[in-house]
This record gives sequence, C-alpha cells and structure tokens, in this order.
Amino acid sequence: MKNSAFAGFLRWLDGDPEILLGAEEMTEQPDVPRDSQKQRIHHLEHVLKDHPLPVPRAFSRRNVRIFYAVVSVVCCLVIISCLLLAVSDLPRFGVEHAEVEEVTEKYVLDGLEETGAVNIVSGIILDYRAFDTLGESFVLFCALNCVLILLRTDSREEEHDISYYSLSGDDVLRKSIMFTLPLVLVFGVYVLLNGHLSPGGGFSGGAVMGGGLILLSTGYGGEVTGRFITERRFKTVCFIALSFYCLSKSYVFFTGANGLETGISLGTPGAILSSGLILPLNIAVGMVVTCTMYGIYRMFKKGSF
Amino acid sequence: MEAFKIFLLVMLVACAVSVSLTKRLLTSVIIYMCYSLIMSIVWILLRSPDLAITEAAVGAGVSGILMLLTLKKIRRTATDDEAKEGSANEE
Repeated sequence: MKNSAFAGFLRWLDGDPEILLGAEEMTEQPDVPRDSQKQRIHHLEHVLKDHPLPVPRAFSRRNVRIFYAVVSVVCCLVIISCLLLAVSDLPRFGVEHAEVEEVTEKYVLDGLEETGAVNIVSGIILDYRAFDTLGESFVLFCALNCVLILLRTDSREEEHDISYYSLSGDDVLRKSIMFTLPLVLVFGVYVLLNGHLSPGGGFSGGAVMGGGLILLSTGYGGEVTGRFITERRFKTVCFIALSFYCLSKSYVFFTGANGLETGISLGTPGAILSSGLILPLNIAVGMVVTCTMYGIYRMFKKGSF
Repeated sequence: MEAFKIFLLVMLVACAVSVSLTKRLLTSVIIYMCYSLIMSIVWILLRSPDLAITEAAVGAGVSGILMLLTLKKIRRTATDDEAKEGSANEE
C-alpha cells in the first residue's frame, strides 16, 4: 500500500517532491567503471549477457514476429476490401449517361459557362471549390513551417556532404542539367499558365518547377540557387501568394460555391487571358508549391537556405 | 493496349509487394520511385494527364529525393555491414 501509485500521488499532492524516496527498496549496484562512455557500454553489454532481462514467454521474439505478421496481413486485407467496396460504388469508367449526382451534373453542364475554364477540373478546384484548394495550399505551407522548425540550423557551417554520396560538382550531372533544366522550367511554366486550358494547373506546374530548382541545386550546389532565392524573397513570395488567394477567395466559405460577382469578364473560353480569377489563382498556388518543394529540399539537405 | 495495361497493373502490384519485402532501404526507395512512374503512366491511360504530371513530379521526383536525403542523414545508404565498417573507419 505504501508503494502504490495512488499513495505516491497523494504524497505528491501534499507537496513531497520525491514521491519514491523511502518507498522503493534500493540495492547496491555493482561497481561501474566510470572512465569512459565506451567502457560503460561495454560493461553494460557484459552484465546483460550474464543476466539477460527476463522477458515473458508471450513476448518472446518469435511470438512478437508472428503477431506482427498476422496483424499486418489482416490490416492489409481490411484496407483492400474497404477500397474495393468504395470503387465498386463508383459509376463505371467512361460510360456515358452514367448515374451521376446532381452536383457533378451541374459542374459538367454549366462549368464552362460559369467559370470560363475549358479545363473543367481547374474550373472546379479553383472556382467552385476554391476554398478547398486554399486549405490545401495552407496544408503545404504548414508542412513547410514544421520542417523549418524541426530541421533549421542557424550555424553558418559549410555544406558538409558525405563525399561518397554527394553529386554536387559531378561533370556528367552538370552537363545533363544544362540541357534538361530549361526544358523542365519552361514545361513547368507552360503547365502553370495553361491550367485553365489544358491538363495541369498550379500544383502540377509548381511541382515541376520545384523539381527543376532541386535539380539545379543538386548539380551546382546551393550557392547558385541561393543567389536568386534568398530567405527574404522566399518568405515574401509565399506571403503575397497565400494572402492574395486568401483575400480573393475565402469569402466563398460564407457565400457558397458560386461566390460573388467579381466583375472580371470571363473572356472567350480557350484564350490564354480568360476565365477570370482562375489564372492568377493558378499562379499563386504554383508560387507557393514551388517555394515549398524547394524549401523543404533545402531544409533536408542543409538546414538553411 | 489491353496487354500493356495488364502488364502495368501487374508491375504495380509487384512493386508494391517488393517495397515491403526488400531489406535494404535504398533499394526500397528506388522501387517506390519506379512505382510512382508506373502509376503516372496508368494515370495517362485513365485519361487524367494532370494527375500524371503531379505524380511524376511529386511521387517519383521530390518525395523520392527527400527520402534519399533522409537516408543520407541517418547513414543507411550502404548496407548495415558496410555502414558499420564506415563508422569504424571514421573513428
């Protein structure tokens, strides 16, 4: 009774900081050599070899392994059957006049007229469902912030690469980057700007451009990209893009899917300057995604920009 | 075309299973990137090229690179034995 956790808790309530003092029976420890960490670890290994810690039979290594195997197979089967059930509920792929919900039907029939976007997907995600996409951008930004908090180092040390793994300065890589990088960046910009006309949009284009920047930074070292992506610029771009998106679309949360009249003409569907706010929103999302991809890479690689 | 689709799907399953069965972490990251590439071709066949672009850029590119960098940070790029030898040499 004297040793129970509850009695200890009561004593702790009474203001006794050392709740286990006097209650636990202390045994004298064998003399541990104190000169170095290594010797101490060696000593501990020695002691453990002579007197292995008692493990209950139920938790023996073999039983645990069998348990994990069975549980993982069961979890896999459960998830697979759930997913298959969900898929079997969808309308069949590519079938015309399938049974569709009211909302889907409205998007497909009125989407072009109301949003002006030829690519109906970006019409949905940046106009009807713009608020969801805003949330997604913020999730990415939060992820970047968490990485910044966890991996940021303030020391001004040189980039200490482990030599056998570092590709920075490799001639083959540099030459191939010289040829592919312009193509990658131009493709990214194309995908980004044509988001309302052809497949793609802010996220895809931003991811491609971020990949291009990562490529450049891998081959030529962080100094080259660091010349035009400083921390200050990085923060400014993220802030402006996110707040522009937030200001122009967050009212949709209160007004419903169709939003308010913006007064911007939708233009001719198919032209590059059309579909109202979708193009600027695409650019904003693309900026945030590019910065996030590159920023997370830099944090993992070095711990600073 | 049908045969190609079936081949891709079989490769997907094979990649997914072999990721969890490989012992070396570097190998499983590379298999994971292969999985994403195959998946992006499947997206094109399912007529959603925007997802294919994203899958190729994020799945096969950025997240693979991040995992490789993490492996480098925790020094598991070599097999365990080689890593032990390496750390012994460093000391």
